[in-house]
Amino acid sequence: MVPVLLILIPLLTGVALFAIRQEATAKSIALFSTLVSLAVMLAGISVWNDAAHLSFNQTWIGALNSRFHFELDGMSQLLCLLTTFAFPLIIYSTWNNSYVDGNRFFGLMLLSQAGLLGVFMAMDAMLFYFFWELALIPLYFLCSRWGGERRIQVTIKFFIYTFVGSLFMLIGLILLYFKSGGSFAWADYVKLTLSAREEMTIFILLVVAFAVKMPLFPFHTWQPDTYEQSPTAVTMILSAIMAKMGVFGLLRWLAPVVPVATYQWGDNFATLAVVGMLYASFVAIKQDDLKRLVAWSSIAHIGLMILALFAPSYSGIQGIMIQMFNHGINILGMWIVVNVIEQQFGTRKISELGGLAQKAPVLTILMLIVALANIAMPLTNAFIGEFMMFNGIWGSTATKFGMIYAVAGIITIILSAVYTLRMVQNVFYGPTNERTANATDIRLNVQIALAILVVGIVLIGIYPKPILSMTSELSQQILDRMNLK
Amino acid sequence: MNAIILSAILGVVLMFTGIFTTNKSTIRAVAVGGMLLLLLANIAELRGMQFFDINTRGMLVFSKLGLLFNTIAFGAMLLYFLLSARDVLEVGENGADYFALIFFILCGVSIVSSFNSLLLLFLGIEIISIPLYILTGSDKRNLKSNEAALKYFLMGAFSTGIMLMGIVLMYGARATFSIDPTLQITNAGRDVWYTSGLMLLFISMAFKVSAAPFHFWTPDVYDGAPTVFTSFMATIVKAAVFIAFVRLFEFSYSVSGYDWKLIVSVVIAATLLIGNITAIFQQSVKRMLAYSSIAQAGFMLFALFSSNSLSKEGIILYALGYSLATIGVFAVLIKMKDYTFEGFNGLARTQPVLAATTSIFLLSLAGIPLTIGFFAKYFMLASAVKTGSYLWLVILAIICAAISVYYYFRVIQAMYFKEGAGETVEVTGVFRWLLVLVAGLIILFGIFPNMILNYLYF
Repeated sequence: MVPVLLILIPLLTGVALFAIRQEATAKSIALFSTLVSLAVMLAGISVWNDAAHLSFNQTWIGALNSRFHFELDGMSQLLCLLTTFAFPLIIYSTWNNSYVDGNRFFGLMLLSQAGLLGVFMAMDAMLFYFFWELALIPLYFLCSRWGGERRIQVTIKFFIYTFVGSLFMLIGLILLYFKSGGSFAWADYVKLTLSAREEMTIFILLVVAFAVKMPLFPFHTWQPDTYEQSPTAVTMILSAIMAKMGVFGLLRWLAPVVPVATYQWGDNFATLAVVGMLYASFVAIKQDDLKRLVAWSSIAHIGLMILALFAPSYSGIQGIMIQMFNHGINILGMWIVVNVIEQQFGTRKISELGGLAQKAPVLTILMLIVALANIAMPLTNAFIGEFMMFNGIWGSTATKFGMIYAVAGIITIILSAVYTLRMVQNVFYGPTNERTANATDIRLNVQIALAILVVGIVLIGIYPKPILSMTSELSQQILDRMNLK
Repeated sequence: MNAIILSAILGVVLMFTGIFTTNKSTIRAVAVGGMLLLLLANIAELRGMQFFDINTRGMLVFSKLGLLFNTIAFGAMLLYFLLSARDVLEVGENGADYFALIFFILCGVSIVSSFNSLLLLFLGIEIISIPLYILTGSDKRNLKSNEAALKYFLMGAFSTGIMLMGIVLMYGARATFSIDPTLQITNAGRDVWYTSGLMLLFISMAFKVSAAPFHFWTPDVYDGAPTVFTSFMATIVKAAVFIAFVRLFEFSYSVSGYDWKLIVSVVIAATLLIGNITAIFQQSVKRMLAYSSIAQAGFMLFALFSSNSLSKEGIILYALGYSLATIGVFAVLIKMKDYTFEGFNGLARTQPVLAATTSIFLLSLAGIPLTIGFFAKYFMLASAVKTGSYLWLVILAIICAAISVYYYFRVIQAMYFKEGAGETVEVTGVFRWLLVLVAGLIILFGIFPNMILNYLYF
């Protein structure tokens, strides 16, 4: 029942919003709807935390043996929690942005929420593919309609990239369908035994989709442009949640389904991940545009999760799980700050800003904590996740190069400190210029939104156990499937 | 049988209507009413009610596949009449005659969907083709229309000749026109006649469905013909020939010692590549749709390629999805003042309903989930994967599908994200609601394709 509610609430509200003309009303309804989703989700993991409430299974397309099968297991709970938690914050923190045809903007936002939640809960491959695309289409319209100057070219590139990826995945899923004797159920896929050749074919077909979505170097070229050109509220969805779709796909539909191929190809993809992390970090250092900086830093952070998956161990997989959540809230914090700065000063260029700390102390303090979380300082949530991942990569029995990967990864952490702190220094400290001389501090809604995030960051940094215990069973399952410890 | 007889009668009725009245709304009402009657008669037959009992000596076999296809074709035609009947009458003075010709074509459609003898196939194809030549040239004062008709006629006549030659060879090899292998007398020494005959038949049919390398007539004819008739030609007619194609090859695949899959796969690859890549460079939406229809034919050819149960379901869904979406797009296109991509600029502001529904039609053509176009493509790809080989062809197909996104989305970009006047001629409220209905059907079947597929079996 919870899965159905989680999908229907944003879906129906989203459609209804197209009929409401006033932007303010639409915005309030959207916020309310996302809060209701959050409440349902929270109830799902506390009060209704039993199989009857958390799963839904009905016939869908009889001819294909495909079913409406949603289930909230540990990883789904975590990511749905992230989604339902992020959406109200996104809407609330960008409350003062105004949009032409605002009702449609918020309607599409909610439709994409329905798609994202569906992706995280689907246990049927066909259903998964359906929601995978459903999440993408509203985002395409959001970026193309309300984005920056070069939005049309950039978003069609984004769309075609991801569409090619999804089609490859579709072929992979069709192959799995026939190999499993006509089933789309995830539960059947994880019991399959395939020949090495079949596994390899399916692995390659599936991995493209996930690699584009995350994005993994060298499939990343759409990402900085798209993040830059999208309206910030949409960029938040793209980076905080949609990037997780790729990681989620790896964890649910790739590693447990084709474990042998994942193991065989592990070193190749781990190397790609390492190269991508280093490359993205170096590029981030040279960025002058705040949005592009955060975009590149996101590639580097996601790269670490990919690395931990292809050099797997229990600690590493658990690290990915918790880091998916952490990265979601941390990058949300970064975007909120970027949005505030852009709204107030009309620029995102680091070189044109400076000295904000004197004018906006509250923003500076909150931003500093988010920035420290971005470079994985102890006591912040990212420290837990990244430490577990490094620990896992180093000790992984699946690869001979665990130590090299870990060392290369740690270099990127240092680099992340370079670009993050350089950004903080140039934007918040130093002398003010004529642009920032009359700066004011942030509004109450942004303060509250950032404060909530900061509390989350510190809380998880000190006591990560609830999240870790949520996913421990599934992580173990993935490793058992790959015959690893 | 109901549909064949009734559509022929309705054709005659419409011709006489044209003699007795020139009142456009009367003609329209007769045509729409006739179409509805035809649809109902065919549904009755699908449910097992035969109005006419004629012994065809096995030359026609009314299978579920054929009847279901007829239902889909007539249903789509009804929507087409409702959307575009006014525009049919705008083409020239002889409005009623156009409708009469359309009904004759539908008679041919119902023959080719149920033929069991090559003679009937030939008859059906010709009944479809000859009225089409006339419809193509119906805009008499337009040079492009004349050119298109002449071109279509000359090329069509050639392909008819090739088809006849093929049929004769096949008759010579098997001593019967029937495509049912149990009735054929196999003579191993004449197998080469049979395969060359089938090859010739394949070429002429490939010409009719505009598969590469026999597609050269398509862009000019589709572009030159009056837009209402292009819409009709590109959808119902094309899908009907595909049904015939699938029926023909259902049995002929068993012809031994011949790798049909290889030939078909080369044709598919060429069709997909030529259709999609050329469509990118078009400036006129109408011409883009002509190339896109070549590209879609490439996908439909997968039904021929894999020839299994999935491909039958697939061709039905494809016929439905492609017809609905294309009829919708063309219905909107007719209302545009400017057929270029720039002509669509800013349509979302001036005509939000038209823009929204057109987007859904285009998304369906591109094969995005939540629309029937997705399941159509899905079944085609799945049927090809099921054959267990030729994965390269499937990969090529998805890359082409991604290319198609580019040119379909160009229209969406023009409508939504670019500034412009988006001028259209006056459209009525009924027209808008009908578009919404078509878009609704596309989404409905896109979520529950079972609603159609069940009829194939029950």
